[in-house]
Amino acid sequence: MTATDEHRAASPQGVSRRAFLTGGAVGAGLGALVGGAVGGAGGYALAGRTSEHLPFDPETVTSLGETGELPGFGGESLPCHGRYQAGIVSVPAAHTRYISYRLRDATDRAALIRLFRIITGDIEALTAGTAPLADPEKELAARPARLTITVGVGETLVDRVAPAERPEWLAPLPGFSLDQLGGGFDGGDLLFVVQADDPLPISHAARMLHRDIDRFAEVIWTQQGFRQSRGAEEPGVTMRNLMGQVDGTVNPNPGDEDFAALMWIDRESGPSWLVDGSAFVLRRIRMELDTWDRVDRPGREVTIGRTLSDGAPLTNPGGGEHAEVDFDARGASGLPVISSAAHIRRAHSTDPSERIVRRTSNYDDGNEVGLLFGCYQRDPLTQFVPIQQRLDDADLLNEWVTHTGSAVFAMLPGFQPGEMLGTALFGEDSDEPLS
Amino acid sequence: MSHAFRTQRSRRAALAPALAALALTLPLTLAACSAAGETNLSAESNGSTGSSAESPAHAQIHALDVWAKATADDMKPGEGMTGVFALLENHGDEDLTISAVTSDSAGHVELHEVVDGQMREIAGDVVIPAGGSLLLEPGGNHIMLMAIQEPLLPGDEVSIDLSFSDGSTATLSALVKDTAGANESYHDGHDSH
Repeated sequence: MTATDEHRAASPQGVSRRAFLTGGAVGAGLGALVGGAVGGAGGYALAGRTSEHLPFDPETVTSLGETGELPGFGGESLPCHGRYQAGIVSVPAAHTRYISYRLRDATDRAALIRLFRIITGDIEALTAGTAPLADPEKELAARPARLTITVGVGETLVDRVAPAERPEWLAPLPGFSLDQLGGGFDGGDLLFVVQADDPLPISHAARMLHRDIDRFAEVIWTQQGFRQSRGAEEPGVTMRNLMGQVDGTVNPNPGDEDFAALMWIDRESGPSWLVDGSAFVLRRIRMELDTWDRVDRPGREVTIGRTLSDGAPLTNPGGGEHAEVDFDARGASGLPVISSAAHIRRAHSTDPSERIVRRTSNYDDGNEVGLLFGCYQRDPLTQFVPIQQRLDDADLLNEWVTHTGSAVFAMLPGFQPGEMLGTALFGEDSDEPLS
Repeated sequence: MSHAFRTQRSRRAALAPALAALALTLPLTLAACSAAGETNLSAESNGSTGSSAESPAHAQIHALDVWAKATADDMKPGEGMTGVFALLENHGDEDLTISAVTSDSAGHVELHEVVDGQMREIAGDVVIPAGGSLLLEPGGNHIMLMAIQEPLLPGDEVSIDLSFSDGSTATLSALVKDTAGANESYHDGHDSH
């Protein structure tokens, strides 16, 4: 028996855990294995109850942290490598923090490459459950609870690197008449979407990232959202928002044939640096609960066009959440069952390319509640904007919701072990060590 | 004289055999590849230093978590100082003594220890015991880069060459990061690094 065999026999778990660490570092097979685990794995639950019987998060691996193997979902890690960034089509986490940064004036292209070199390592370590370099609170990294850190870039960042390559949509959205923006939740040059099923690793990751990029950029806003805690509901149950509505029933699913065409930018639909990336729109939607309280259940259901009990369309209240909506149905009085200004009618488009992939969470800061409405698409100008324009023009719900924040980011393509996140944006020389 | 060091027989170091097997079969160009922030070692594997296959001792030092503190904003050229930190593991059967530390980025390099909050150059031999490791960390032992000409900015990579008493060498590639820590005061009047 060789020394290696002997050691394996003595500590099989240790070897495999160390091998994972080494695999990423060596850059060969083992790293690729980790990368390969991401992407098309099952368990996606945004679309509702169809996947409710899947085991929760089949794509997770065990945290590499010292306490990663202890019981509890804290030890679950979502691989960060892959064709697409992690945290976009994974099972929505219980907690989401959006952190938007503005670049400092001195942060030029060379500085941005250094910034991305640092955050690439931070993301790899934190999501794997290990401490990034220079982390003074290493122990907080060990239980990531499916931590993901997804990075988007804004208009100004792209203009400092490759202005000719900035897509037209990477700019503030066209104004909508009912918007009340300017409250400190708009725009930004660099976005981190930090998600996990436990708020502690989110706080740690955000702090680590902040230390590391403070010299390059300053925070302009953060928004913290939540869904129901992990385990509170069967996996795959559509979330409820804080108005009580089932929220997110109609949503493209990664299993759909046209999902990629709605979601992921390809060579025909965007610049080469964004191939396998996506356009992200985040809207902060305040709920006016004091006036909503005056509306009784029938009025609330008519406003949306769905039942409150389970989200079934009013045209088929016994049919369950996913019953097809009959927009032509009329009641005894001859009026449409789904009001002409009901939210689901106004949001609905007959053009199948005019859809978005929603990924939302609730917020409640103690004084104000609402929805952090996030959505992915290839092109907000042809997907989110026409939908929102119809809602802005007429939607019964407008009486009780107000858009108070708006931002657009280009979510970068995924990255592989040994590769820097954002390499395609910075070009060929960005992956070389600086001398 | 051998110096007493805080070394640790980490779980990682205990896995030396498995790692050594990997080291022998894979090219050791790990510098740009710091997945999980765990390894930045670029061991010399060619030229006069010999490949790991010719001289297994050369591959016996594994460096993990290698990083350097960025230099201060007001650094004067030629007067910059900063610390480099890592976990150096000896996966071999022989104790290795560090005989020299150099860096192209620094005019002078020393191995430092911190005693009673004061840092000073280590007087005796620095030995990495066989099967053990040497932890270089803020507030403890560290590599001190001195007489730095060009600022070391976050995201830069700085190269440090280690020589050992058996003639072997290893090159560390350290990612430069900002940290508010690693502020040990210096015994001869420099106030920080």
